[in-house]
Amino acid sequence: MFVSYKWLQDYVDLSGMTATTLSDKITKSGIEVEGVEKKSEGLKGVVIGHVLEREQHPNADKLNKCLVDVGGESPVQIICGAPNVDKGQKVAVATVGAVLPGNFKIKKAKLRGEESNGMICSLQELGIESRLIAKDYATGIFVFPNDVEVGQDALSVLGLDDEVLELGLTPNRSDCLSMLGVAYEVGAILGREVKWPEITKEASAEKATDFIQVKVEASEDNPLYVAKVIKDVKIAPSPLWMQTRLMAAGIRPHNNVVDITNYILLEYGQPLHAFDYDRLGSKELVIRKAHAAEKITTLDDVERELASDHLVITNGTEPVAIAGVMGGANSEVQDDTTTVIIEAAYFAGTVVRKASKDHALRSESSARFEKGVDPNRVREAGERAAQLISQYAGGTVLEGSVEVDTLTIEPAVISITLEKINKLLGTSMTVSEVESIFTRLQFGVSVDNETFTVTVPTRRGDITIEADLVEEAARMYGYDNIPTTLPTGTVTPGHLTDYQQKRRKARRTLEGAGLYQAITYSLTSKNKATQYALDVRESVALAMPMSEERSQLRLSIVPQLLEVVKYNNARQLDSLALYEIGSVFLKQDGEQLPEEREHVAGAITGLWESNPWQGEKKSVDFYVAKGVLEALFDTLGLTEQIDYRQSEKEGMHPGRTAEVLLNGDVIGFVGQVHPTVQKELDLKETYVFELSFKAMAEAAVAPIQYSAIPRFPSITRDIALVVDATTVAGDIQKIIAEAGGKLLKEVSIFDLYEGERMEPGKKSLAYSLKYFDPERTLTDEDVTKAHEKVLAAVKEKAGAELRG
Amino acid sequence: MQERLQELQAEALQKVAEASELKELNDIRVAYLGKKGPITEVLRGMGKLSAEERPKMGALVNVVREEIASKIEEKQQVLEEAAVHAKLAVEKIDVTLPGRPVNKGNHHPLTRVIEEVEDLFIGMGYTVAEGPEVETDFYNFEALNLPKSHPARDMQDSFYITEETLMRTHTSPVQARTMEKHKGQGPVKIICPGKVYRRDNDDATHSHQFMQIEGLVIDENISMSDLKGTLEVFAKQVFGKEREIRLRPSFFPFTEPSVEIDISCKICGGKGCSVCKGTGWIEVLGGGIVHPNVLEMAGFDSKKYSGFAFGIGVERIAMLKYGVDDIRHFYTNDVRFLTQFNRHES
Repeated sequence: MFVSYKWLQDYVDLSGMTATTLSDKITKSGIEVEGVEKKSEGLKGVVIGHVLEREQHPNADKLNKCLVDVGGESPVQIICGAPNVDKGQKVAVATVGAVLPGNFKIKKAKLRGEESNGMICSLQELGIESRLIAKDYATGIFVFPNDVEVGQDALSVLGLDDEVLELGLTPNRSDCLSMLGVAYEVGAILGREVKWPEITKEASAEKATDFIQVKVEASEDNPLYVAKVIKDVKIAPSPLWMQTRLMAAGIRPHNNVVDITNYILLEYGQPLHAFDYDRLGSKELVIRKAHAAEKITTLDDVERELASDHLVITNGTEPVAIAGVMGGANSEVQDDTTTVIIEAAYFAGTVVRKASKDHALRSESSARFEKGVDPNRVREAGERAAQLISQYAGGTVLEGSVEVDTLTIEPAVISITLEKINKLLGTSMTVSEVESIFTRLQFGVSVDNETFTVTVPTRRGDITIEADLVEEAARMYGYDNIPTTLPTGTVTPGHLTDYQQKRRKARRTLEGAGLYQAITYSLTSKNKATQYALDVRESVALAMPMSEERSQLRLSIVPQLLEVVKYNNARQLDSLALYEIGSVFLKQDGEQLPEEREHVAGAITGLWESNPWQGEKKSVDFYVAKGVLEALFDTLGLTEQIDYRQSEKEGMHPGRTAEVLLNGDVIGFVGQVHPTVQKELDLKETYVFELSFKAMAEAAVAPIQYSAIPRFPSITRDIALVVDATTVAGDIQKIIAEAGGKLLKEVSIFDLYEGERMEPGKKSLAYSLKYFDPERTLTDEDVTKAHEKVLAAVKEKAGAELRG
Repeated sequence: MQERLQELQAEALQKVAEASELKELNDIRVAYLGKKGPITEVLRGMGKLSAEERPKMGALVNVVREEIASKIEEKQQVLEEAAVHAKLAVEKIDVTLPGRPVNKGNHHPLTRVIEEVEDLFIGMGYTVAEGPEVETDFYNFEALNLPKSHPARDMQDSFYITEETLMRTHTSPVQARTMEKHKGQGPVKIICPGKVYRRDNDDATHSHQFMQIEGLVIDENISMSDLKGTLEVFAKQVFGKEREIRLRPSFFPFTEPSVEIDISCKICGGKGCSVCKGTGWIEVLGGGIVHPNVLEMAGFDSKKYSGFAFGIGVERIAMLKYGVDDIRHFYTNDVRFLTQFNRHES
């Protein structure tokens, strides 16, 4: 809502307040003033001039040579390019020395050999937005009414010596979508009175009811309809002061009747509509729900198909307006209109909202109806409009109005105690302080033993319960005056859940290992949504995505991380280590919501270690990625429950990918991205992993139990085994660990040989076995006994021979 | 004999003094003190002496031997030390060469902010509550006093999946769910961090996906002044002790009264600059006293309980705190961006 500082003064005394100090006060009491615009900012030296002569420029077809009286000693010659400039006009002249927006300085000049001492201005050149300029002057200079004085400051005539406050209204404060509403707010803040416009009625012999009948067939959606009839109007431009006020508020002037309806909309917050009585095609207005597929051509010349939940005004047969949204072209007020019907009505917010949404027509009217207008202003707004039309369009207002009224207006009455207010705010206000706040707001209030009974005016439909009154008290008391305390109730222990702690530990471990945390989008393309999914299902799709790229919920994180790798690679950032912990979304049969499962994923590429001056570097390989996971499992206490199994997965290198199992269930994978995919995405060798973090975090972990530090030495035996080339190291390790019994404490591989010194189809694996007994020093014999069992087991179970 | 001994001593000491290497010194030791050395020879010749002279001469021999031995010892220490020095001199390295790089990752800046806020509130007795990112219309809107026809729904253009489910537009549904779990029994003290989604085109200041942290306290005597105090603690912790906070009345459907909180601008110190649009204040938070309808819908008696709630945008905090000028950086994951947040900041 744009509020002209000057206009506001019509309703409330603003003496002692500049626009800026007023703005600060309004902001602090609850309505944010988003900006204060000084309309004349950057404008200087523009006066009213009188065009005395106009002739064609001798050397230019499109230029005019004008002699203009600008109130100086003698008229000046000005060259003007506007097509509509003519002799006798009163115009805005930027004289030599004037400054126009954009720091454009007016100097004496010669145009095609003719002297020009200034510039005749269009409204655009004076900083007014094109969309606000009346059609007649959209492409030329602005022509003033003849009664303006030559030499006068044009800016003040145009109302540009004003400041406009832009209010950022929250949806509850639709009462301030009107000058009167703002006046009440400002009056309450400043403790000053609100002056209403005076309405004078002149008696007319003819009655409105003789001209038109109104029938409402949908009284729930339209409980009050008032029609005023004004005859013998003369359509012309509205007075300049009205036009400038409309423009300051962001509305384009049209003609006197339309401008007056808009002026009342701004003044009272009550949208009105003007019908041309003679174009109506009947003598009745019937308000009803539209028939399905019924059509209307609206004022903007668009034919629209209506639905049965739209409310329309009809002439008894066909629609002449979509209620509260836009009028029909068939009954539009035009230059030859002589009799006008002014509609002042109360339409329900929901029905207006529906139509405005369906037709994508959001207007100043619909916005106000949707949020609810003050039912008590409907009649008065109609009366005021009729009066202004008779005043500025020369018409006669017919006696009375035609009404259908089924509206019951009951102002809200709310009781609240002083204690409740103070308790909720933490304040210690007194009865008289609170009472004075309600009085300033012009709420009805009576006090009985610290209980306030407040009657809320209908303009404040947002106030319905105690809490609303508490807010009114708080904002008028001043939020700055509320004390600062901390909650003192029951003491509660603050902590993270076990799951949340595990997530933090997982992050620390991955970061300690050198990975940076990435956060990517949950919404992705249909194609990417299911790539690398651990659990393949149809993806969850948005009903109305903004683009295909962001239309589905992801089932995996790896595709998103590969995008990040691609992005960085393209910027010469080759060595990357990234991880993400986030949710993936799994559609569930028979469930309203998808399952959200937290995953941990990573992508590593380029050099893992690089210390060039010492000649050391190591590229990322499978075992780097696996090492990171091992550290992660170790941190979470899962090492014993984890297994790896060679596997093939779409999009992954078939020989360099492992499934990860937790207690026998697959929870994810680790490996190299398939070379074809790498090529498609323009990636170098890249390793990725993705695991169900949920599964990891939910696995039971034993508590930490101290075991004694060994007091006796251990004995280490190394063995080199020859096995089939297809045998996997993990199996051998498991066999050794099982066969070694209690004494075998550690098994670690220290060599793998597959070279030419081996028999074809064979390879050698060498393990270091550490034996120890916490109770005593082991003898060679003890160890040999255990060690032989190990050798027997690997031979029997894996056909392994000791390497000679 | 005595003379011979003194001669030998002088000769040996001379050599010791001249010796410049450990080996040389060892040779001197062997030569003079060894079994075949001249002193031993002198001892052997003692048989010719009288019984009276013998002990005297014996004592003298010992004095000479000890003198030589001690000088050798002294010299040896000197030479050994020199040898060590020489060796260390050779081992000298260039300490200005860079150390071996240690791989080091870190949190995303948004996680950094979230963890800082979580820890602050955990310290004040809060727990961290989480909930689904795909929500029902009920929890996202209706349970928060936003019935289907509510005009305030215009404020949040949402990504719907079906008529009844959507990507949550704020983390408030977690509050609704948590309250419901408490079955009308206070106290509730939670903060809810998480991802939220709105139908916005991505640009420098908008992101269709972003993060929020919301807080909720419900107990028997919670007031607006408690909210004010809590948020002051928060603002000072996150933005620094010098920051001032300002409260402005505002509107949210789920709180009444509602408040918006500004902090004094860090860039200009409150004088007014382009970041704060000349006002000296920057809006960072919204909150208020929980609307009685919200309490009642979740099963709390609004006569007995009251509460406050607040919400902040994580990106907004990070942008203000670290001076980030484009919200898209948080989701592009350019490593040149991510690596800037890998150290402690006081």
